[in-house]
Amino acid sequence: MPQWGMIINLDKCTGCQACVVACQIENNNPIPRPEEVAYGRTISWMEIIPVIEGEYPRVKTRFIPRPCMQCDNPPCIKVCPTGATYENKEGIVTQIYARCIGCRYCANNCPYGVKYFNWYKPEWPKEIKESLNPDVPIRPKGVIEKCTFCNHRLQKAKEKAKAEGRELAEGDYVPACVEVCPSKAMYFGDLDDTNSQVSKLAESRRAFRLLEELGTKPRVIYLSEGG
Amino acid sequence: MHDEKANTEDTILFQPIVQTGKRFYITAMVLLLIIIWAFYAWIYQLRYGLGVTGLNRPVFWGFYIINFVFFIGISHAGTLISAILRLALAEWRRSITRAAEAITVLVLFFGVANVLLDLGRPDRALFVIKHANFRSPLLWDVTSITTYLTASSIYLYLPLIPDIALLRDRVSGWRRGLYRTLALGWRDTEKQKKRLNRAIAVMAVLVIPIAVSVHTVVSWVFAMTIQPMWHSTIFGPYFVIGAIFSGIASIIIAMAILRRVYHLEDYLKPIHFNNLGLLLLVMTLLWFYFTFGEFLTTYYGAEPTHLSVFYSKISGRYSVEFWAMVLFCFVIPLIILSIQRTRTITGTVIASASVVIGMWLERFAIVVPTLSNPRLPYERGLYHPTWVEWSLMAGCFAAFFLVYMIFTKFFPIVSIWEIREGRESALKEAEKRIKTYLPGKVAEIETARGETK
Repeated sequence: MPQWGMIINLDKCTGCQACVVACQIENNNPIPRPEEVAYGRTISWMEIIPVIEGEYPRVKTRFIPRPCMQCDNPPCIKVCPTGATYENKEGIVTQIYARCIGCRYCANNCPYGVKYFNWYKPEWPKEIKESLNPDVPIRPKGVIEKCTFCNHRLQKAKEKAKAEGRELAEGDYVPACVEVCPSKAMYFGDLDDTNSQVSKLAESRRAFRLLEELGTKPRVIYLSEGG
Repeated sequence: MHDEKANTEDTILFQPIVQTGKRFYITAMVLLLIIIWAFYAWIYQLRYGLGVTGLNRPVFWGFYIINFVFFIGISHAGTLISAILRLALAEWRRSITRAAEAITVLVLFFGVANVLLDLGRPDRALFVIKHANFRSPLLWDVTSITTYLTASSIYLYLPLIPDIALLRDRVSGWRRGLYRTLALGWRDTEKQKKRLNRAIAVMAVLVIPIAVSVHTVVSWVFAMTIQPMWHSTIFGPYFVIGAIFSGIASIIIAMAILRRVYHLEDYLKPIHFNNLGLLLLVMTLLWFYFTFGEFLTTYYGAEPTHLSVFYSKISGRYSVEFWAMVLFCFVIPLIILSIQRTRTITGTVIASASVVIGMWLERFAIVVPTLSNPRLPYERGLYHPTWVEWSLMAGCFAAFFLVYMIFTKFFPIVSIWEIREGRESALKEAEKRIKTYLPGKVAEIETARGETK
């Protein structure tokens, strides 16, 4: 069973937000009103976190693209009272929208803040509504949603490979954010396959994980700047 | 038993049940209006979603969870205090146990209600049973609160039986049938009394660990997470202490109101307020001990993520709530309750009101600052509760007052048979008990004092 993982090379990331937009369109994220955005109710599975370190005159800004870390020891799934969020066999932490009761306990136990709540019924302008992605379900109001590593793309890639009578090959399945990245800062693949690009990059001395001291074992690995 | 004296005695305790004045109806109407308003707010929230509240990302929990913890805390008033006093054979308990136990059972419903208000999908609430994941502390909560509600309802009902029988023999009309059913054929025989006393004793012992477990588990909803200043081993006992603290305070307030409204001056005397006031003083000191320990440990350890929550309480955005909490939970009750001259009925009621407000603020200071200061450095959270949350909170309080008022109209709020039992036998028993504390055998002490049996 492949264990999907992502590498983000911070040296190459320009903070352009293309991944953020690609993710929102790919995954049918609702478009909230400006006042809701100001109040912290944006749903954006991928975010660029600006990290400002140091004080004037020695200030350093880092841009950290932050999808769901797809932890191998996810704090969110333990606390879910109904098992609506769980880690599947391929290491992807998913959310069953039809089972979520909207208690937001998982959101409170995620140290990365990748769990998003549907405060309202999702809304889109008419033009966008007509071009929603048919592969991704629309979430009802009152449930939690999160980055799925574009799981629907995996299903499609599997079906295609099966129809062509072959195994799933590297590059058959990549999430929208990885595909769209203009500076090719993101890599995606099977961390268990020692020949894959991601597992080689994961061995890099520059590799680190966000808040790894918490023992959550993220499957999103960053390559620090200065490589 | 049913002689002339027994019939005229304690009439004032039957009074609220047989007679209802205009003031009762006016108060009930006002409360009902608040409840209707809250109901409107609830429908509004159901229709548009939780977006109508002040919650956001990362402050996913707010008033509803604060109120959940608060109401469950208040519920520790009754059962726990009454059970401890019963087991300790504290004779002064007799006129306060019923009022306290009724608070427990009735307020628990509002604790549970607030969890339902908080759910994004209340229509799926039963999924916690259908798809139960016992790894989640929320499931532990469901289990322990259900057990607690069951146990404390039984514990309220058992000592009610003899009083219900008294009512059955007094009232007429439809209520007579109700009391006859509820009295379970109580005829006040020795055998029945013996059985009842044994059952009450068993429940009193059982209910203590259950009550302790309930608030421990409520604290674990927070403590089991990895959030800064939630992930703390002190939370279990800290929450239990806080619960008993706000519980005692609410009993004192309830007693003062009952005393005034139903003219129970002869039953709820200054000594009762004094004794409960002393208990409240002990809890004030314990509360400070735990709070101080918690904050000093955080400060000294100086982990940055913990410190950002710490400073948001001490000097940051939530400093007003934090220092108000210290004032209301510690400074005011400590001063009033330490001085014997101010430990009067008015004094203890002021201290209690202060504690209840302070403990609500404590829950606010636990829930919101941690969520506002997440580990990753993205924008900090803001939380401004909306009219919907305020309305639903007002509605919960109003509904609790209303059901409590209605309870006093159906059942004596002071346990009549226990008062009578106290009059008839407690004095002799207490004397005998005190003698057993003294050196020598009971009989020897009696002969030494020239007493004969």
